[in-house]
Amino acid sequence: MSVFVDEDTRVVVQGITGGEGKFHAGQMIEYGTNVVAGAVPGRGGQEVQGVPVYDTVEQAAREEDADASVIFVPPAFAGDAIMESLDSPLDLAVAITEGVPTQDMAAVRKRLSEVDTNLIGPNCPGIITPGESKLGILPGNIFSSGNVGLVSRSGTLTYQVVDSLSERGLGQSTAIGIGGDPIIGTTFVDALEAFEADPDTHAVAMCGEIGGEDEEKAAEFIGANMDTPVVGFIAGRTAPPGKRMGHAGAIVSGSGTGTAESKIDALNAAGAEVAETPEQVAGAIEDLL
Amino acid sequence: MKLHEFQAKELFADAGIPTPDSQLASTADEVVAAAEDIGYPVAVKAQVQVGGRGKAGGIELVETADEARAAADSIIGMDLKGIHVDRVLVEEAVDFVNELYVGVTMDRGEGKPVAMVSTRGGVNIEEVAEEDPDAIVREHVDPAFGLHPYQARKAVFEAGVDREIANDVASVLQTLYQLWDDNDGADAEINPLMVTSDDDVIAADAVFNVDEDALFRQPRIAEYEEETKSDDPLEQKADEYGFDYVRLDGNVGIIGNGAGLVMTTLDLVDHYGGTPANFLDVGGGAKADRIANALDMVFSDENVDAVVFNIFGGITRGDEVARGINEALGQFEEIPKPVVVRLAGTNWEEGMEILDESLVTVEQTLEDAVQRSVEYAQEVEA
Repeated sequence: MSVFVDEDTRVVVQGITGGEGKFHAGQMIEYGTNVVAGAVPGRGGQEVQGVPVYDTVEQAAREEDADASVIFVPPAFAGDAIMESLDSPLDLAVAITEGVPTQDMAAVRKRLSEVDTNLIGPNCPGIITPGESKLGILPGNIFSSGNVGLVSRSGTLTYQVVDSLSERGLGQSTAIGIGGDPIIGTTFVDALEAFEADPDTHAVAMCGEIGGEDEEKAAEFIGANMDTPVVGFIAGRTAPPGKRMGHAGAIVSGSGTGTAESKIDALNAAGAEVAETPEQVAGAIEDLL
Repeated sequence: MKLHEFQAKELFADAGIPTPDSQLASTADEVVAAAEDIGYPVAVKAQVQVGGRGKAGGIELVETADEARAAADSIIGMDLKGIHVDRVLVEEAVDFVNELYVGVTMDRGEGKPVAMVSTRGGVNIEEVAEEDPDAIVREHVDPAFGLHPYQARKAVFEAGVDREIANDVASVLQTLYQLWDDNDGADAEINPLMVTSDDDVIAADAVFNVDEDALFRQPRIAEYEEETKSDDPLEQKADEYGFDYVRLDGNVGIIGNGAGLVMTTLDLVDHYGGTPANFLDVGGGAKADRIANALDMVFSDENVDAVVFNIFGGITRGDEVARGINEALGQFEEIPKPVVVRLAGTNWEEGMEILDESLVTVEQTLEDAVQRSVEYAQEVEA
């Protein structure tokens, strides 16, 4: 078992005719993802990476029975592309695009509350169920199948932790990069809820970072609802207030919210161990299993 | 992106929010001329992007030409919390009886805009927010509809604003929300919104921060951009190269890919007893020239004594990284600062073959690479 995606997930790639979209559609197919169509307005009827392209996501979903999409659309049009996938309607949309205006995401978030689609991202590496399917840009070869759930706000930090897990022979059930933006679809709480319900996820590694209060909300959820053990990691302990550390969402505000300390305290209070290095995350998970 | 006070006020005034009469000046003569023109008393206000300007000596109230000149001399050219002041706003001093706060921002947790009002405006609003959060009334906004007029009134009455001025304050809040919405605002604030003895309201300060990701559709704001550039030459260079870069005060230079991993590298430097000199994210898919530019950036920070280069390739390829490092370091007769490299992920083996190991120290793990760079930095310091 796994969460959100498996070998049966049928994927539309929005923006499949662009450089990134085309390359990663190929990579996904090579990994074994069931990519069934592309969607690009005005390009219907073409074929890219061996799959048919449609003008709209709805056509692609209808004709090819797709239930998920991956979005490689430039930031100016990404909000609209996400809206399109929500209305098509699909079960899951994964938005890779970095730099989507925050106000566009506020509108998306509003729409998400009205539909059943799950959104992962934007500004994320995507999601992978090792050995079955990957939706996004994660390098498939570093992952291996197993029982550790992984959820992270950062792409390359995810790879670092997976590397440490693999070194100890700890495979992953599903790994989700939820993205580094201030407003995102799937949050830590949503991901943890899914892992808690998955019998094949025996432990969860959760990699947070400074900014916002999602980690604090996750801690609350862990304390109240989880039997599956969680090991936390928070990046940005040494980040100065008021400076945006790369991610639009990674900023400690002047009034002191979003600090690493507050997140670590909250996780500890919820009974989750918080590791100091990526290597220690893997060590702590190994001890738990 | 943060607008300067004078830019934000221009925006507010054009939208119909009352603002004091003001002029921008960059010399003492200009300050005096502006003050005479506006009429004393006037406030002379440093135009720099730091909080607590007044407390730090960046704002003076003057009543004569001599005082205006003296204020200009002390403020223009001063270093305010590390930032050089080269312009001041000369502004009509408002005779007020009360100070309010109004603001609009994005509530990340809710994913919704929020409009805010408080009767406890003034310099201590951040303390108020901390100690007595209920003194700031918050009204969440459905982005599909915008701020309804009744919501603006509700927030104003709920906050306890006097009946005589309530409509005017609600109207300022409504306009501020519209500006925030139309211009892709991140935070918009008027603090204080002064209330005069004649029951007029006037925006004595103005904060307007814009979502940088939306500048492509905000031509007016983008025109302001040039003037809001950082004064730090290194941060300017980072802008030029298109890096996410933050300068810090330590001596271990840090280069990596991906915000979370770079932050983690900073934290590890601290964990092993070192101090980070910077945050530098080369982003995804960096090619050799970009890698060389990153090294150039970090080398030009004179505080840096050693560099740790940590790349975990997803879409970034190890061979490109290795080429960039060879290219950047190959041009020196003697490497200016020791560089520790750790490559993992996509094409790391190819990268290790290409990398000229006579130029750098190679480590296999992130932890070892960080520890080694901290040791090097400590040796240089000692």
